[in-house]
Amino acid sequence: MTDPAVRSRISTSLRFRLAAGIILILAIGGVAVAYAAFAYGRDAAQQSFDRLLVGAASQIAGALRFRDGEVVVDIPISAFELLSLAPRDRVVYGVFGDDGTLITGYDILSPPDGDGIFFTDSFAGETARFVRVTRQFSERSFLGSVDVIIGQTTEARRELAQQVTQNALIAVAAIGVGMAALAALAVQSALSPLHRIERDIAARSSKDLTPVDVNVPQEISSLVHALNRFIARIERHLHVMRTLIADASHQLRTPIAALRAQAELAAEEADQERILKIVGRIHERSRNLSRLTDQLLSHALIIHRADTVDLEAVDLRTVAADAVDQTDQSMPDADRAIRLALPEAPVMCDGDRLSLAEACKNLINNSLKHGKSPVTVFVQGQGGRARIGVRDGGTGFPEAMWQTAGSRFAKDAGVSARGAGLGLAIVNAVSEAHEGQMRIERPSETEFAVFLELPLLPENTE
Amino acid sequence: MRRFSGVLPVLALLGGAAVGEPAPEAAKSYGPVQAEVRLTVRGTTDIARFEPVLEKFLARAEGARIEYEQWGSNDLYQATDADCRSGYASADLVISSSIDQQVKLANDGCAASYRSDETTGLAAVSNWRDEVFGITWEPAVIVYNRNMIGDALAPRSRFDLIDLLRPDDSAFRGRIATYDIEVSGLGYLFAFADSQQATTFGRLIEAFGRSGAVATCCSAAIIDGVASGDYLIAYNVLGSYALARADENPDIVVVAPHDYTLVLARAAMIPRHAATPGLAGEFIDFLLSEPGRSALRSANLIVDTSENVHAAMRLPENPEVSLRPIPLSVALLVGLDQHKRREFISRWRAAFPKE
Repeated sequence: MTDPAVRSRISTSLRFRLAAGIILILAIGGVAVAYAAFAYGRDAAQQSFDRLLVGAASQIAGALRFRDGEVVVDIPISAFELLSLAPRDRVVYGVFGDDGTLITGYDILSPPDGDGIFFTDSFAGETARFVRVTRQFSERSFLGSVDVIIGQTTEARRELAQQVTQNALIAVAAIGVGMAALAALAVQSALSPLHRIERDIAARSSKDLTPVDVNVPQEISSLVHALNRFIARIERHLHVMRTLIADASHQLRTPIAALRAQAELAAEEADQERILKIVGRIHERSRNLSRLTDQLLSHALIIHRADTVDLEAVDLRTVAADAVDQTDQSMPDADRAIRLALPEAPVMCDGDRLSLAEACKNLINNSLKHGKSPVTVFVQGQGGRARIGVRDGGTGFPEAMWQTAGSRFAKDAGVSARGAGLGLAIVNAVSEAHEGQMRIERPSETEFAVFLELPLLPENTE
Repeated sequence: MRRFSGVLPVLALLGGAAVGEPAPEAAKSYGPVQAEVRLTVRGTTDIARFEPVLEKFLARAEGARIEYEQWGSNDLYQATDADCRSGYASADLVISSSIDQQVKLANDGCAASYRSDETTGLAAVSNWRDEVFGITWEPAVIVYNRNMIGDALAPRSRFDLIDLLRPDDSAFRGRIATYDIEVSGLGYLFAFADSQQATTFGRLIEAFGRSGAVATCCSAAIIDGVASGDYLIAYNVLGSYALARADENPDIVVVAPHDYTLVLARAAMIPRHAATPGLAGEFIDFLLSEPGRSALRSANLIVDTSENVHAAMRLPENPEVSLRPIPLSVALLVGLDQHKRREFISRWRAAFPKE
């Protein structure tokens, strides 16, 4: 069922728009071609029949003779046979002497003025096309010109023009229908990948979040990529949620059960001093539980932000400073034990300030808890890489664990008394969200460093 | 404004017999006197020959009255042309053997257009502009008297005729007759068509001239001369008249020359201002329909040239090639041109000096 709000967003159908476009183009083209065909047909007919007229008149002019000083017109029968190629058209003709007198033929009152070869006039109530062919004579007995004028009605011309136009229009119509059919096929085939995608998605089970894998043309592949990115994001969100719930249920159950046991113990205890001891333990356990909860949520938040928050140019020095500022002040001698090693120039990279600071804080906390002084937060930018991390004077954890340090609850012991072991997992997640990686180094026997190595923004490489 | 509306002035001089107002030679009415529908037909065909055709049509068109007027071809042309320009037509249908004049009338805008299934079925040579329709089939033939000439000697083509006339002591000297083309429009039409058909025409004229052939008027007079033995051979006679005479006189033999035989189709035309063009059209349809054609065949106006129907008729060996209908087209106007006609007649006259 379509939501009315969604329905209202559907704009005019692609098919309709394409059909309208094609019809418009065909109509405009059709009108243009029809006009051109009409003009062409008319001109072609005019030219063809004008030639017949000139041919006939020239034959008559060529058959003019002189006898006893008089023009004799011996009309060749072929001249009129030429004219009868327009089988239904009537003919009028006249041969005129120099002074405009009729020599033979129809009694035209006077030959027309002007020099035009062709002219149009009427003959017995019908439009006729006329030609005048003049022949000059320089005989001893006759010096001057004789005009041969032939007119013919225009039925055959009109018929030929109409026929040419009609044939052209039939061809145009056939081409138009063919083009429309091809266009319909093209639209059908162009839209078919969309149907395949639709079928692929519709046929999925509700849990299937694998990428759409349908053979699509280039033009639609970006749509499929976008769709797949969207599906992947949903999948990651679901994964984060599942992880959070699984971790929470697994990691929180034990400390809460311990807390409850201590509380029950305290409730049954009469001895004041022992009660105070138990309360002290409850306090410590609940602080650890609070940290674990923070880390779980923080981890989930980081992964969520990696998908949702746009990265922006960040100066890692300010990130480091922020992290130090926000470090849990309740840690013993925390602020005094932390040093900052920052370069003069800004170290810029694309990042999420909050996630980076969170990662940094986790590293600081780890060093404060497990390492030895001095704890130094450092930032470096060189060789296209930006680094932000913490080093301390301890030996760190064994090298064998470095490989798996980034995964959740890497410490086999699970939740220790003071930490949940999620710190490095968060650092690792932040590194990956920034297209970088978490690095662990032991530069000397008394130094241990964990840092994020991220791509340096190019402006700062110079 | 110039207007091409004139006629050839010379045409008025065609056929010296026409003096004063053109008038019919004879007239006869058919059908009830009180009829509401009247059809006036003017034709060059003799009343007696056309009567059966008219009566057969009248039997179908009940209640109509037909006035048939028999005219000379030139008079008929002039009367129709005058009607055309006066805007009043005294005839509803004009049927003339002078098909060139009929074409000219249509060319000058004097004919009404008529289309029907029958007219569209006509061959192109028998229908010009849906205005002039060829309704008959009458070959131009050579006629001889079998009592005077043996079949072995009888000419079957123009070549035979020329050969017969060649010897200085030929028995045919002075005994060959043909139309006087100055008097007979039909004679002129046939002679002019001959001049376009083949080079034989020049030799034929020359042979006619040397042998003292007779140019005289009218089909009837020429065939009478052959029947009586005054003429041995008549050339270019209208086959329909010759066959009609052969029906009465078995000595008359009609030859359709096998080099070529001109065929005339009498032309029917409805004048533009005709009072009852509808009925005239019906009459044309009747003439073109099978009953009409059968009536025309009985009257010898359609001569069956496909097989030996007429005992007196000698058909060419290959009728499809030899029979040449004179097409209804503007080309017929050439023969009517003043100069062309003058030149042609003077050439003819050189062979047939007037006594």
